[in-house]
Amino acid sequence: MADYRTPTKDLLFALRTAGMIDQISASKRYEHATYDVVEGVFEEHGRFFNEVWAPTNALGDTEGLEWSEEGVTTPESFKDAWAKYVEAGWQGMNLDPDYGGMGFPEVVYGLSAEATIGSNAALSMLPGLTTGAVELLQNWGTEEQRERYLPKMITGEWSGTMNLTEPQAGSDVGLSTTRAVPQDDGSYRITGTKIFISFGEHDLTENIIHLVLARTPDAPAGTRGISLFLVPKFLLEEDGSPGERNDVKCVSIEHKMGIHASPTCVLSFGDEGGATGWLVGEENQGLNAMFTMMNAARLAVGVQGTAIASAAYQKAVDYAGERLQGREVGSDQRGPAPIIVHPDVRRMLLEMKSYIEATRNLTTHLAASLDMSRTTEGDDSEGWDERVEILTPVAKAWCTDVGVQVTSTALQVFGGMGFIEESGVSQHFRDQRITPIYEGTNGIQAMDLVGRKLPIRGGAAFADLVAEMRRIVDELEGVEEMAASRAEIQAAFDELDTATKWIMEHGIADPRDALAGATPYLELFGLTAGAWLMARQALAAREELANGADAGKEFLEGKITTARFFCEQILPKVRSLTPAVTSGHEILYEIDAEALAST
Amino acid sequence: MNVVVCVKQIPDPADPGALDPNTKTLKRDVKLILDESDSYGVEMALQLVDTAGGGEVTLVSMAPNSEVGGLRTALAMGAAKAVLVSDEALAGSDALGTSKVLAKAIERAGEADLIITATESSDGYTGTVPEQIAELMGLPSITFAKSIAVEGGTVKVQRQTEAGYDDVEAPTPAVVSVTAGVVEPRYPSFKGIMAAKSKPVDEVTVADLGIDASQVGWAGAGQEILEIAAAEEREAGTIVEDDGEGFQKIVDYLAELKVI
Ligand SMILES: Cc1cc2nc3c(=O)[nH]c(=O)nc-3n(C[C@H](O)[C@H](O)[C@H](O)COP(=O)(O)OP(=O)(O)OC[C@H]3O[C@@H](n4cnc5c(N)ncnc54)[C@H](O)[C@@H]3O)c2cc1C
Repeated sequence: MADYRTPTKDLLFALRTAGMIDQISASKRYEHATYDVVEGVFEEHGRFFNEVWAPTNALGDTEGLEWSEEGVTTPESFKDAWAKYVEAGWQGMNLDPDYGGMGFPEVVYGLSAEATIGSNAALSMLPGLTTGAVELLQNWGTEEQRERYLPKMITGEWSGTMNLTEPQAGSDVGLSTTRAVPQDDGSYRITGTKIFISFGEHDLTENIIHLVLARTPDAPAGTRGISLFLVPKFLLEEDGSPGERNDVKCVSIEHKMGIHASPTCVLSFGDEGGATGWLVGEENQGLNAMFTMMNAARLAVGVQGTAIASAAYQKAVDYAGERLQGREVGSDQRGPAPIIVHPDVRRMLLEMKSYIEATRNLTTHLAASLDMSRTTEGDDSEGWDERVEILTPVAKAWCTDVGVQVTSTALQVFGGMGFIEESGVSQHFRDQRITPIYEGTNGIQAMDLVGRKLPIRGGAAFADLVAEMRRIVDELEGVEEMAASRAEIQAAFDELDTATKWIMEHGIADPRDALAGATPYLELFGLTAGAWLMARQALAAREELANGADAGKEFLEGKITTARFFCEQILPKVRSLTPAVTSGHEILYEIDAEALAST
Repeated sequence: MNVVVCVKQIPDPADPGALDPNTKTLKRDVKLILDESDSYGVEMALQLVDTAGGGEVTLVSMAPNSEVGGLRTALAMGAAKAVLVSDEALAGSDALGTSKVLAKAIERAGEADLIITATESSDGYTGTVPEQIAELMGLPSITFAKSIAVEGGTVKVQRQTEAGYDDVEAPTPAVVSVTAGVVEPRYPSFKGIMAAKSKPVDEVTVADLGIDASQVGWAGAGQEILEIAAAEEREAGTIVEDDGEGFQKIVDYLAELKVI
């Protein structure tokens, strides 16, 4: 059986519904990216990852990485997988055509990333980070930096990293101490230690372009004193080819629960006097620039949640069709039946499928909103921008929390075999578990949502978005098969309003009250936004069914069923969340820290 | 050098659909893809044209419903253009009927130094079309090629045999069938996929090729499928953990089968 099958039909459905591709490709900037063109691209793209990357996934997991003084050796099978990826030119998908990219919209890139991640989550970190680094330089690099670095990064011959984390500076990057001292020639000497740097060292590309947060000598304390530097592993010769080794070394790699084949490196800058780096953007503005990369990366991690869950789901459905156990209730068959006939297994599968589609819809809509903000003007563009700001932490956190849950359920479908490595599903679970942690923990995302995003334009941005989402209630009126869903959606919006109002009011008086309920609030919002997009999915599927059902009758009817299941059976969870949002912080502190520890 | 490659578009073997109980043939109303066994011929043709330093690869295909899914893959790999024969009259064609159509379509594709096919398709497995095309066109036929070189007016082929291979030559143009697995078919590049969108596909009917419809399809078929039956389920194999002595287990197993 194939290791992984890119869910191309599902990706294309998302592209033409939540992904708004017709609207996006109506713009000048993306006129080449029509639905038909993307369809042709996705068919070959999916096949490539199924055939070339997926077979390397389990190998990478068991083989892992090898560290030595010289560097990090990746699994043998990755060399060919990466070389073919570069040769095919997939790295350039959404990147700037002026430097060799294909200039496709973010929504196309986001959906295509499911194949990259689903086929090999560990290896997918390499192109993911490189894309982020390229986007950052596209926006903030000087013309010279762009010309010297982008073309090779866009082909995938060179890769990129993001260097934020230090031992004492994780969630709180303001605590970072890596230093950057200006030199007479305009460069900077970088000294310090970064930890947990993904693909900070490896043998798959000719050069590695590190983007590093550091402090200049008289920088103010905290996040206001952080600047961003470009530090290549090999300094470039005059002609642009990699030359002398820069003073940055990988001193060790971590032993991890999952993504075994993705090197997580401790990087030491300046052991021999200082690494040479160049400022990107302006001094003390480093976090602004890094946020370009982080917003894209947060969206990408949300996609990881869906992609890994979907890979695990495939294995679970296949297994459920093969594993014979228990008699089918209500049938006169005497022998054991495939477990897929049992109601409880059906529930697991339908719940997984619904969650996967809801999270895919959310990241897809977020990516499409980014494209819309780039292809519209004035208030329109600003409106889409605000939507991106609001949905980014939700997509990162909700899609990965759900992703972990769905991947765990996939394991459950396997019974004992799920706990056995041979099944392959346990690797997905181990790989998935990092997604709620890195790129800003989900707790930090929830704080971002209530602390920074709710207050945009005094709360009006959020109110505008919710008002638009609520319009779905009118659109569903009279659609009989969606009547129960409609009632649940309406109730969920009421619940969301109550919770939002409480947070806005109490958060001003005592921020601790808002922060105490941030995580349940984010889930409440995630579920409601998920239901909004699932209801839109159902309406879109109905329309396609009425227009000849090109995508297949069963496929489209399935989209309506999962939408209904989500709205009728998953969405009602919101009612259990409001009390946690609106209870305030006091109870959390009733047992003091010492008492918590005394068991 | 110009090479014509006959490619079949077939239902995805990973999602093969079903047999039609009435016609006893594979249902072909699903989306079709490039037959994997033809991807070797396409790759070989592209390499030959590359080596020759000029010329182009033209595809020839017969498929229902104006299907181009598989052709697009081969065009994205680097073929220059395609001739597609699509006609309701072709439903039910047997191998000979198919060969008649392909032979005419190859002529329509223009002057060719070489015509490449697979040895057999992955859905029909009749394995007779390449030889029939050669006969109909009055050209030499070489089968089971594992490598091809063209020098001057001669095609030199290493022809796979049970014992090894034979060196075989023929004057060009010739029809050569290529064994699966002998080259590594390239994956279409992103730019290749985009370019394939605008490559010409010349879609023709039976009449356009000057063929009498009664010679092809159900009407012209000289064969009849009497019965279809499900293949027997394969039994599960035995998995032996290699504890360093795995070779001994293989030797014992082969001895038991009396093959060594
Ligand atoms: C496999 C892997 C790959 C990584 N790749 C990279 C990379 O490429 N580049 C890079 O720069 N970093 C990378 N990281 C680092 C990662 O982004 C951090 O681990 C993450 O941001 C959390 O920081 P921390 O580990 O220091 O946890 P901490 O910040 O110590 O957090 C511990 C816990 O406290 C909570 N917490 C912290 N502060 C607050 C607060 N103010 N309010 C409420 N709760 C809080 C957190 O939510 C968390 O639950 C990677 C990490 C791993 C494990």
